[in-house]
Amino acid sequence: MQLFRAVILRLLTTAVTLLGVAVIVFVVIRVVPGNPIAMMLPPGATDEDVARLTALYGLDKSIFRQFLIWAGGVLQGDFGTSITTRQPVLGLVLGRLPATLELSVMALVIATLIGGFAALTGTRLRGTRSEAAIDVANGMALSVPDFLWGLVLILLFGVLWPVFHISGRVTPSIELPFTTDFYLFESLVRLRFDLWRDIVSHMLLPALALAIPLAAIIGQVLKQSLKETMHLDYVTLSRTKGYSETHVITREALPNAILPTLTLVGVQFTFLIGGTVIIERMFSYEGLGNMAIDAVINRDLPLIQGIVILFAVIFTGVNLVVDLAYAALNPRLRHG
Amino acid sequence: MRNLSARVRGAPGRLLRDVSLSVAAGEVRGLVGESGAGKSMIGKAVLGILPRAVEVLSGEILLDGTDLLRLAPDDRRRRIGASCALIPQDPLTALNPSRRIGPQITDRLVDILGWSRTKAQSRARDLLAEVQITDPDRVLRQYPHELSGGMRQRVLIASAFAAEPKLIVADEPTTALDVTVQKEVLRLIAGMQARHGTALLFVTHDLGVVSKVCQSLTVLYGGLVVEDTAVRDFFPAPAHPYARALLAATPKYTDPGSSLVPVPRQVLDGIQAQVDAADRGWRHG
Repeated sequence: MQLFRAVILRLLTTAVTLLGVAVIVFVVIRVVPGNPIAMMLPPGATDEDVARLTALYGLDKSIFRQFLIWAGGVLQGDFGTSITTRQPVLGLVLGRLPATLELSVMALVIATLIGGFAALTGTRLRGTRSEAAIDVANGMALSVPDFLWGLVLILLFGVLWPVFHISGRVTPSIELPFTTDFYLFESLVRLRFDLWRDIVSHMLLPALALAIPLAAIIGQVLKQSLKETMHLDYVTLSRTKGYSETHVITREALPNAILPTLTLVGVQFTFLIGGTVIIERMFSYEGLGNMAIDAVINRDLPLIQGIVILFAVIFTGVNLVVDLAYAALNPRLRHG
Repeated sequence: MRNLSARVRGAPGRLLRDVSLSVAAGEVRGLVGESGAGKSMIGKAVLGILPRAVEVLSGEILLDGTDLLRLAPDDRRRRIGASCALIPQDPLTALNPSRRIGPQITDRLVDILGWSRTKAQSRARDLLAEVQITDPDRVLRQYPHELSGGMRQRVLIASAFAAEPKLIVADEPTTALDVTVQKEVLRLIAGMQARHGTALLFVTHDLGVVSKVCQSLTVLYGGLVVEDTAVRDFFPAPAHPYARALLAATPKYTDPGSSLVPVPRQVLDGIQAQVDAADRGWRHG
């Protein structure tokens, strides 16, 4: 019952958030210089042509009127038509969403594995030189942003030792039998491991570039939190029961140390999704972020709006999932 | 425990100065001293949970004739887990908040002693009933935050006796509890100890508690044993001047104002001389 109320409340606040995002984006992209009509027409078009096209797209009306028309459409599931491609925005955006989701989730999984491993190993080896080495590596990973990691990875594994693909989502010559746009997922379900390998080989470097800074954050926060937990009485008590250090860390300390990390990972994951915009561009990966940059360059107003709204939905969704996971992992909240 | 000495790594002085004490099966030995006298350190040394910064310099800890300090670390922790247990000081922090009570009592039986899950489960149920918890089955399924402090301390006592250990170290088990619960918990520990015939090392700073539950007593000052005697002999006439002063400083409920007697200066000087003498021997040897 309480959970139900919390979810309803959450949905209401989400609606307000989305409205705010919509208004801001809508106004900003119309106020900044740059005009989609000018981008569309060939050089030498007359003022008359400009006026006619402007009226066709409704851009001659006031911003407020335009917003009402657009918002009315959105409520009926119509996000408008892309100016550059002349296709419905919703279809375009949803077509690209799976690519970005797969990339982000893969990056998150890699970051959790690396960061978690670093934190656990660092705790196990605390007080030794290995711990210091892990801390140094962590600091280095943390102080370099994801797009620089992208460049480094392209240089290392795309140019100097070309073992991975550095461009696109899949080798273009490959015939794809897929019915959804979740290539990675569907290739696994269909047991097409040849395709899966090709897709992973494309995704690994961009995912790694996104994952490294997040892995460092996870490693650092989880290790700190483990360190505090290791001093608690129940950890000591577990030692007197005859358990090994590794067992004590993973079974007693980890479940409690993970909670503060989880909140942080939620916030950082939304930053990671933001990072996909640049990383996708860098690796010519056909996801939402890459599409967003094209849309901004072309001043494709409806498409920008659609993408931004979708990003906002993803962000709030991630936060909701984190809160639910927190409640599931913390018995004090589950029964409270 | 024979001639155990320990110090903080790299520090000049010793935390424990040739401490020797023994607890026989079925015996309750009180271990008293001021804060920092090293009484908790002794309990930790026995259980193999000394802080990393503390190193044992010399001496041995004998359990049934085996020197624990000579065992390989893995053997030592398994040996301790199987035959020793701790009743911790603060019941509020000594249970893992994210695990149910049941597994926290049975984990050692299953993982270290190799019992079957069902056998361990029924053992836990019996123990909870023995520490007078009314609905053991429900408590086994509960999380620590659903229990009161007194209940949690009962759970911890039950857990300490779970593996029928030879030795239990009780580290000021009543200090963190409400005065009204203290007596009950003391009676419970004493009763359990008598029924199970366990050797119990009772670390405390409360001589009143010692007089109630212990048969023998070790008084510690500055990591040095200053008195080792039967409780029967101690309370009428402590041998060491420091022990006498300590006894005189115990508050009496009947006359609270007059009872706060500080330990006299010359007693402290005398005891410091004793500590210095012990250290001289150590440096030469």
